[in-house]
Amino acid sequence: MSGASFATGGATASATYQKVGSIRAERRRVLIGAYIALAVFVVFFLLPPVYMLITSLKSSAEIADLSGNPWIVTRPTLQNYWELLTEGNYLLHFRNSIIVTACVVAITMVISILAAFSLSRMRFWGSGVLATGVFLTYLVPETLLFIPLFQIIGGIGMYNNLWAMVLIYPTLTVPFCTWIMIGYFSSIPKELDEAALIDGANHFQMLWKIFIPVALPGILAATIFAFTVSWAQFLYPMAFLVSSEQMVLTTGIVSDLIRGDTFVWGKIMAGALMAALPPLLVYAFLMDYYIAGLTAGATKG
Amino acid sequence: MAQVTLRKIVKEYEGGVQAVKGIDLDIDDHEFVVLVGPSGCGKSTTLRMIAGLEEITSGDIAIGGSIVNDIPPRDRDIAMVFQNYALYPHMTVFENMAFGLTLRKFPKEEIKRRVDNAARILDIGTLLERKPKALSGGQRQRVAMGRAIVRDPKVFLFDEPLSNLDAKLRVQMRTEIKKVHQTVRTTTVYVTHDQVEAMTLADRVVVMNHGVIEQVGPPTELYHHPVTKFVAGFIGSPAMNFIPGRLVNGGAALNVVLPDGITLPVPAERAGRYAAHAGREILFGIRPEHLTEIRPNDHRPHLAAFEAAPEVVEPMGMETLLHFWMQGNEICARVDPATPAEPGVKQTLAADMSQMHLIDPQTEKVL
Ligand SMILES: Nc1ncnc2c1ncn2[C@@H]1O[C@H](COP(=O)(O)OP(=O)(O)O)[C@@H](O)[C@H]1O
Ligand SMILES: [Mg+2]
Repeated sequence: MSGASFATGGATASATYQKVGSIRAERRRVLIGAYIALAVFVVFFLLPPVYMLITSLKSSAEIADLSGNPWIVTRPTLQNYWELLTEGNYLLHFRNSIIVTACVVAITMVISILAAFSLSRMRFWGSGVLATGVFLTYLVPETLLFIPLFQIIGGIGMYNNLWAMVLIYPTLTVPFCTWIMIGYFSSIPKELDEAALIDGANHFQMLWKIFIPVALPGILAATIFAFTVSWAQFLYPMAFLVSSEQMVLTTGIVSDLIRGDTFVWGKIMAGALMAALPPLLVYAFLMDYYIAGLTAGATKG
Repeated sequence: MAQVTLRKIVKEYEGGVQAVKGIDLDIDDHEFVVLVGPSGCGKSTTLRMIAGLEEITSGDIAIGGSIVNDIPPRDRDIAMVFQNYALYPHMTVFENMAFGLTLRKFPKEEIKRRVDNAARILDIGTLLERKPKALSGGQRQRVAMGRAIVRDPKVFLFDEPLSNLDAKLRVQMRTEIKKVHQTVRTTTVYVTHDQVEAMTLADRVVVMNHGVIEQVGPPTELYHHPVTKFVAGFIGSPAMNFIPGRLVNGGAALNVVLPDGITLPVPAERAGRYAAHAGREILFGIRPEHLTEIRPNDHRPHLAAFEAAPEVVEPMGMETLLHFWMQGNEICARVDPATPAEPGVKQTLAADMSQMHLIDPQTEKVL
């Protein structure tokens, strides 16, 4: 009985209301708009790498032949890649880049994590000024810094020495990494480290066992930044490294594959593409980990 | 287990803010002491100084007889439960509770035994493998308490541990905390701004205001014998009514004369206590529960009747609150729900003068 009266009520209600617009149609319009915007974006950013790939698969003769369509490879070859990997200093440059980047990332993270922790957690005389100062140093462009740095590097006898890069890249990475981590660390409740201290941890244990694991997403973001900056740095190695065996990828490709005004385009493109692989791998790996860290425990149980 | 002693504790933050202005407090072994007061009165600061999270500007803190002023938190053998629980998000419930014991290099079996025991007391045995994110607020609260219990410390410190829970759960966890204390009997210092929590949990309540202690005592003593206007108004809900008036010597007895000419006789046994203040301006204080309807066959001595027209009538079920105004002073009375009460209609109310308080308006001390 009550069911019957209920049904009647429902029928009356649906007859009274008029349909005005539809959520589904609205959502479709939004989706289509999003896809168009994304497509434009993808084309814009993927065209250069695609063109690089095409060029890297051509022989020098085919590149020099201006009669064909530059977007089409008629006789694809891996010769450019093969020659890079077997002759010349490309592998050495690759190794140098890895050494420099790994060292710089490690040094940067140790300094920045400690600096960011103290600046976000401990209040001491001048800590506020220091935090702002850290960021201001980041604003000084490297194109201004390399002249005085040249004096310093020369003065300590490290001109044309790969390890000079390990020494000076952190001047670029530490300020910014510290800055973004100060922001992230401040968002972590301080009761967490206090609980650890009360539970019996000393400051080092608290940092290592509690704080760093909790702050990992922020730390990884900073790591990605430090990695990208070190891997792609061009100006400093250009200014401070002159002999090929000391060079890193960015300058090595340019100096070894450009002879006067002869550009070995096929190899330059192949070298640049392979040089772009490590950042891709790092991004892919860290991003997965980063997201896993963010959602850990949220879905379990 | 241990006593906690505070001697002339002062805390001045940089910038010159004195959060705590010289506190003396003795807490006994096994005692449950609640620090209560309005927000910003220095409760948390006091607790954090006991924990060692905040340096003391001057004074001495002793735990178990030895002065701990310069001892870091990890060596004070205390455990603390925070308002936001501060569970380690990357660890399971078991690891959270075991963390302190692991750091102190307890053997594995002992850690397991203690965690299982605490889990049993708190009824969280089924949650041990979960991460904090997968717990409800009440469960997180239990884990935070478990983390404190397993350590078997000298002192438990709680900083507003129930403030993040909804009202129903808060009452439930309040009982739980009391039960845990009755089981483990660890000396406890508990901070809250909620006077009901303070009254229900405490062996002794410490009422703080503006960085000083206003009064220390068992809950009933604070309720019946507040020593300052602040304590009188802070303890009890709805709060005590304060009405400015005058103490007049009416020949046979002292009278309190209120605005609108209402005259209430002071009980004879209080005459000696108040005699010196006759003829002076005073604040008359009386709790809403001592302003009632006239009951048939009411044998309470010292009832004084007066007329008032309530402006707001609030039926609460077990009682009805009447609000009326006496020359700008809002006054609340608690009457039996069966009492007929209409807004704007005068009715007779009775003040139980044996429960009255007189306050010196200058010093705000209860006379
Ligand atoms: N780190 C700090 N620096 C400066 N002032 C503080 C700090 N912490 C608390 N205070 C001030 O000290 C007073 C007491 O704070 P607190 O002990 O947290 O009060 P509550 O009783 O609410 O717990 C407040 O006025 C607060 O603003
Ligand atoms: Mg507080």
